[in-house]
Formats: sequence, C-alpha cells, structure tokens
Amino acid sequence: MALAGHYGYWIAVLLMIVGIYITIASGNLVKKLIGLGIFQTSVYLLYIAPGKLIGGTAPILSEAFRTYSNPLPHVLILTAIVVGVATLALGLAIVVRVREAYGTIEEDEILERDRAADQQPAR
Amino acid sequence: MISEHLPALQVVLPLISAPLIVVVRREAFAWALATAVSWIGLAIAIELAMRTAQSGVISYAIGNWPPPWGIEYRVDRLSSFVLVLVSLVGAIVMPYARASVAAELPSERRYLFYSMYCLCLAGLLGITITGDVFNLFVFLEISSLSAYVLIAMGQRRKALFAAFQYLVLGTIGATFYVIGIGLLYLMTGTLNLADLAVRVAAVHELRPVLTALAFITVGIGMKLALFPLHQWLPNAYTYAPSVVTAFLAATATKVSLYVLMRFYYVVFGNTLVFRTLPLGDVLLALSVVAIVTMSLVAVFQSDLKRMFAYSSVAQIGYITLGIALTNAAGLTGAIAHLFNHGMSKGALFLLAGGISLRCGGTSFAAIAGLGQRMPLTSLGIVIAGLSLIGVPATAGFTTKWYLIVGALERGYWWLAALIVMSSLIAVAYVWRFVEVAYLHTPGPESPHHGEMPLSMLVPAWLMVVACVYFGLWTSFNIGFAGDAAELLLHIGR
Repeated sequence: MALAGHYGYWIAVLLMIVGIYITIASGNLVKKLIGLGIFQTSVYLLYIAPGKLIGGTAPILSEAFRTYSNPLPHVLILTAIVVGVATLALGLAIVVRVREAYGTIEEDEILERDRAADQQPAR
Repeated sequence: MISEHLPALQVVLPLISAPLIVVVRREAFAWALATAVSWIGLAIAIELAMRTAQSGVISYAIGNWPPPWGIEYRVDRLSSFVLVLVSLVGAIVMPYARASVAAELPSERRYLFYSMYCLCLAGLLGITITGDVFNLFVFLEISSLSAYVLIAMGQRRKALFAAFQYLVLGTIGATFYVIGIGLLYLMTGTLNLADLAVRVAAVHELRPVLTALAFITVGIGMKLALFPLHQWLPNAYTYAPSVVTAFLAATATKVSLYVLMRFYYVVFGNTLVFRTLPLGDVLLALSVVAIVTMSLVAVFQSDLKRMFAYSSVAQIGYITLGIALTNAAGLTGAIAHLFNHGMSKGALFLLAGGISLRCGGTSFAAIAGLGQRMPLTSLGIVIAGLSLIGVPATAGFTTKWYLIVGALERGYWWLAALIVMSSLIAVAYVWRFVEVAYLHTPGPESPHHGEMPLSMLVPAWLMVVACVYFGLWTSFNIGFAGDAAELLLHIGR
C-alpha cells in the first residue's frame, strides 16, 4: 500500500524520466526543449503535492477554517515557473538564431555543417 | 544608515542597472553604468570583507523578515572572500570591455551586452551572499540565463550552438539542484542554510536526505564543470566573446564551487559526506582524472582559447581535490585556488581577447611569431601560464603547496607526486604557446601589427601582476582562505 499511497511521487518521477529521456535522446533542438520543459514541470509536482492537504484551504486566520495547505511550496513554485518560462523563451530564441545561421535545427546536421566548414580553408 | 544595508546593495545595484541600461539604450551610458556598478560593488565587497574579519558573521534580513522565515543574506569569511573575487574580476574586466566589445559585437547589441553583464554579476554575487537555498536557485538561474545570452553573442555561429548546449545542460543541473533542495525542504521544513544545517543533523540517516545530497552534488557538479559533467565548457569558453570568456572563467565556476563547499561542509556536514558516505573518495578520483586527462587534452588543442578552456577543467580538478582532502591545508588550498585560478585564467583570457582582436583569431596558426608582434601580450601569457603551472613566486604555487601538504597529511604520498607530475603536463601546454609565439616566424598574412589598445592591455596586465603579487604577498589569498577553511571545518560536524 505504501507504493500506491505515494502515487504523487511516482507520477513526478515518471515525468522526470520522460523529460530527461526526451532531452537526451532527440536530436531536434525544439524537442529537446520540450523534454526540458517536462522535466522542469515534474519538479513543480514534487513540491506542490506534499504541500497540499486534502480539504485544506489557504492559511487565512478564521474560525471557519481549521486545516491549511502549506503556502510556501506554492510560492516557491510560482518563482520556479517564471524561471522555467524564461529558460524556455531563451532556448527557443537561440533555436531561432541557430536556424537562421545553419538552416536546420537537427543536432547531427548542425555538427555536420560545422565539420564541413572547418575542413574548408580558413577565411 | 546606508552602511547597514551594504549586503543588499551588493546585489541590488547591478540588478537595477540591468533594466536601466535597456531603457536608456545608449552604449556609452551602458558601459559607464556597468563600470561604475562594478567598482562600487568591489568597494562594498572589500568593506564587507573587512567587517567580517573583525566581527565574524554579518546577517542581513531582507525586508526585515527575521530568518529563518525571511530570506537572510549572510556574509562570513568564506562568502566575503568569494564576493571580493567576483567583484574584483568584474571591476577589472569592465574597463577592458569597452574596446573589446566594440570590436566584437554589432553596435545595436552592445548596450544589451552590458545589461546582461550586470544581470550576470548580480546573479553571481547573489549566489554567494544569500543564506537561503531557494533564493540561491533563483540567483543561479539569473546568472546562468544571462551567461547563455552572453555566450550566444559570440561572433561565430558555433557560439549559438555552444550556448544552446550549455542552456540544456545548465538547466538540467539547476533542476537537479531544485529537486535536491525540495527533498531537504520536505524533510526539514526550512530553506535557510544555517537552519538546515541544524535540522539535517537530526534526520541525516534518512534516505531522502541522502538522495538530496546526490541530486545537489550532480546538479552543482554540472554547473561547476566537475570532470565528466564538463562537456558544455570547452565550446562555451572558446566561442563566447573574449570579455565573456574572461569574466565567466574567472567567476562562474568558482561561485558554483563555493556552493558545493557550503553544502558539503555546512548543510550536510563532513561526517556524513566524507565519513559515512564515500563521497570524498569519489570526488578525489574524479579530480585526479580531471587533472590528468584534461591537462593532456589541453596539450593537443590547436586553438589558444580552447587549450585554456580544457586547462580550466583541469584546474577545477585541483579545487575539488582540495575539497575532497577535508583537512585544513587541503581546504585552504582549494579556497585560495578559487582566487588564484580566477586571476590567472582571467589574465590569460583577457590577453587572448587582445590576440583575437589583432590577429583575427586565436588558433596557433594565426598567432605564430606573436612574441615579436605583441611582446607585452606574449610575456603576460607566459607569466600567467607560469602561475597555472605553479612555479614558485606565482599565485599558483601557493595553492599547489597547500594541496601537497594536505595530501601528505592524509598520507597520500602518491597524490602529492601526482600533483607535481600534473604540473609537468601544464608545462607542456604552456610551452606549446611559447614555441608558437617565440620560435615560429610570423606568417605572411598578419595584417594588424602592434599591441592591443591600452584600455585592454592595462586591465589584462593588472591581472598578470596579481598572479605574481598574490604569490609573493599571500596575506589576502592564503590568509583569508585559511580563516575560511577553519570556519568550514569548525562548523562541519
């Protein structure tokens, strides 16, 4: 039962592995960024899931509410989401420039073109 | 009144300058502001360092929220040492940047360069000064994201792909770090470094804490280019603009090394990291492999910047070696080498920037006969190179000395021999430069004669002089590093 009870963690770990696998295995730069996005998102779950109490509310001091969810992980993850968005935006911007410079966004073709350029006599 | 807010100003000034520069959009203003902020930052760092020398720890509660609930800025011997290093490199690099950036970047992007530099500086100083692990992550990402942009500004298209690879690996590293501190937060309910140190001690046998240690080691290892995780570094350093290479090589990896020391000695405690777990042996093995193989790889490069990039990975190996030795001498060597290597690599990459300006590149083919064309530059590279090797009377010698003493104290005579041997490999790659620069005749196509502009040569030589100065008068680097090492071992459990 301990395994099933921790399903939140299992999902987070699964997403982590999926994300990092995509990042490593795909040669397309945009797909790499998608993998990176999944990987980062999985961490949000890792933080948020333990902070949430079922039936818990925001920590408002009032007679009506007794159980509170921990607000801190939510705040941290808001920050982490901003960081994630910034990383993704920058990554995509670099991919646009790579595409302009190389005419492709496939990793192996980029390396191939670099090699071809190196073999030509220096400018 | 202002003086009590110095820890906040240290980070806030460069942080505010970045958007200001973007709003004004003037290159001259951008450069002036970035330079002014760097110098003010250096003054603040030195003032903080002198205060910690008298009173120990300075704790500053951001927004007056008392730690451990609010974010605490905490300056002690170790962090003020790193603050001085980062801001000193910034202050030396900025006067150099004017001419170098004007030569390497198109005019419409130059103000953005200074803006990104300010962000990167703010991030690096923030990582060093903060006492909150999540705040540290945010600063880590601020400095990394701006570093990716700075690297992508390189002249050749390879810079773009190098920046992209660094972005992917750097983000994976940072995310690993977040996973690690998330697990720590789950176990302890705190994010304050000092508070974590107390609370981790109560739960340190539990598996999530060990997992957190693993994630943080790998994540920060990626950022500091620990041996098998260094793949992003050579390309990033080779293709980035000259100023960026000098600035990042002297500061970015050093700051990550500082973070690693904090986590090992303060948060987890050296009993857990080095006695209960065999992490010390693992780190030692990786360091040795890094020193030997990367120095050898450096010997066979055909480009000056690339050669020094590989040598950086090897030199980082010396620092992690000192961390793994876990005695006062080894740790003193490691901390002092943050500074010593920062100075010598900063000098080398600044001089390499001048070479690429005058010779159109830094490949060995382009710099043949450099000793005649740019005598001062070549001499500077040789002197800074001697510091890399660790010749007596250079800064590099002092660290090697302490590392060897540390190794002998542990009874590792083979390690002491290996440190000396590895210096011989360094002789080999520095000799390659000497051979090309002094013994080869200049090629027929060398259009630009003469030294680099004085505004670049003077800052570069300042760093060269620092390599010698800190080898002869060691009260700052070794003295301060010794105190910092004492502090780490004293806190360490």
